[in-house]
Amino acid sequence: MIRLEAASKTYRGSAQAALKGVSLNIERGEFVFLVGSSGSGKSSLLRLMLREERVESGSVLVLGENLGKLSSRKVSELRRRLGVVFQDFRLLSNKTVYQNVAFALQVIGKSKAFIETSVPDALRLVGLEDKAQSLPASLSGGEQQRVAIARALVNRPEILLADEPTGNLDPTNSKEIMNLLERVNLSGTTVVMATHDRSIVDRMQKRVIEISHGEIVRDAQTASYKELPSEPLEIAEPEGDTK
Amino acid sequence: MRLGFILKEMFEGIRGNLSMVISIVLVTFISLTFVAVAALLQIQIANLKDFWFERAQVAIYLCNDFAPEGQCPAGGITQSQQNAIAGQLKSPALASYIESYDYESQDEAFARLASESGDMSAAQFLNAEQLNATYWVNLADPEKSELIVEAFTDQVGVADVQDQRTYFDPIIGLLNAGTIGAGAVATIMLVSAALLTATTIRLSAFSRRKEIAIMRLVGAPSSSIQLPFILEGVIAAIVGACIALGVTAFAVDSLATDALGIDPYAMTFVEVSDVLTVAPLVIGLGGILAFLASSISTFRHVRI
Repeated sequence: MIRLEAASKTYRGSAQAALKGVSLNIERGEFVFLVGSSGSGKSSLLRLMLREERVESGSVLVLGENLGKLSSRKVSELRRRLGVVFQDFRLLSNKTVYQNVAFALQVIGKSKAFIETSVPDALRLVGLEDKAQSLPASLSGGEQQRVAIARALVNRPEILLADEPTGNLDPTNSKEIMNLLERVNLSGTTVVMATHDRSIVDRMQKRVIEISHGEIVRDAQTASYKELPSEPLEIAEPEGDTK
Repeated sequence: MRLGFILKEMFEGIRGNLSMVISIVLVTFISLTFVAVAALLQIQIANLKDFWFERAQVAIYLCNDFAPEGQCPAGGITQSQQNAIAGQLKSPALASYIESYDYESQDEAFARLASESGDMSAAQFLNAEQLNATYWVNLADPEKSELIVEAFTDQVGVADVQDQRTYFDPIIGLLNAGTIGAGAVATIMLVSAALLTATTIRLSAFSRRKEIAIMRLVGAPSSSIQLPFILEGVIAAIVGACIALGVTAFAVDSLATDALGIDPYAMTFVEVSDVLTVAPLVIGLGGILAFLASSISTFRHVRI
């Protein structure tokens, strides 16, 4: 599903490599946490998978496509098969919940009929069907993130990439979001989530890939933070963290 | 669906960025008005040439006894010299350039002078012998009058050869200067319009950066992302072009035709139909420039 082979990336103007020869393989249906301190390379890894950045050396294969050789038209097609969620939700404040979710389908040219059935389905999945006409500003952080997840899932992606989706949420809302992501994963979607939040990683008992200074330092099938060496994890601790 | 979405995005862009879009419309309007004026001045020159050059003749003035020595060292023309000139006018070498010619004797020239100059008649101070007998030559192709002028200028017995077309040189020069002036202003204004369009598209892209980011992430094709921005610039420019044409047509209709009170039979003037002739140029130029400016700006500032 996702395969990186000796993938390296150095950003322009930076002396240090963001990723150094990263190799990993994520199978269909897996739930994988990417953990590591700020600047360790978690987000860079997600950006490579999304083809937001081009790999410098090595290769990145997502859904069978070699992202280093993909034309921009093919990149658009690939992204339609991926869902993405961010820490800051990235909702359009002038559009309602329904319109935010529908927007993702409108811009890729889906028919009105498809939108009218898919959007309520996605909102039902995240438990926000009764807030369809609300504006994002009137929602709690957790609800806003659920809208963002609905938007990411509305086109039924094969992979969901989540970059610190609970980073701005309190523990209760974080838990709700994680339950939701777990349900999404159980329905067959591969989930790759970058996070700082130790309590989540501990509770979920999923595969954990730990990155430090652009390199994978550990890849454990079912791990918790407790089992990981504490030294490389210089984590900015989120609120409500239980060590 | 896709087209509907692109148009909706474009109108949202225009609405959110209205003051900048209006400024593109205004600058494009002014610059394209100058383009239209430059083009119409050229049409005016063409009309003038069409109308008058057909009527313009080459006059071959023959020597008389009063001709200055510089022109006619041998004095008045002799019959054999005149026959040679007439023979040359009929010669096969020149026949294809000459449509017809008339001979006007000194007496006929005097009669015409008397009738044309009315009460303040120059005829009071002159007599027929002081005037020149003349061959009035109508040309098959007025553009080739030089040939006839050259052929007869140094001919013995010819006092002077006058190409009537040269009477129009000052006014054509003036109209050409007007074209160059309007063209120069148009060029500067079009450069400003192009830069303004590029800046506006950049601002528009900046104000919608969140939408663009989301569109990219959900896999919107580049046409859905970039076309609304390109169209925003093009539509603004075309609106400017239409206003420019409207104002030019109004000016031609009310100023040139009515206010100047020029007799349409004596002078062909540009008409509203000529404005329609230059319309494709004006709209095309405005549209293409805006397309280039907004495309470059979009490709630079709207990543896909």
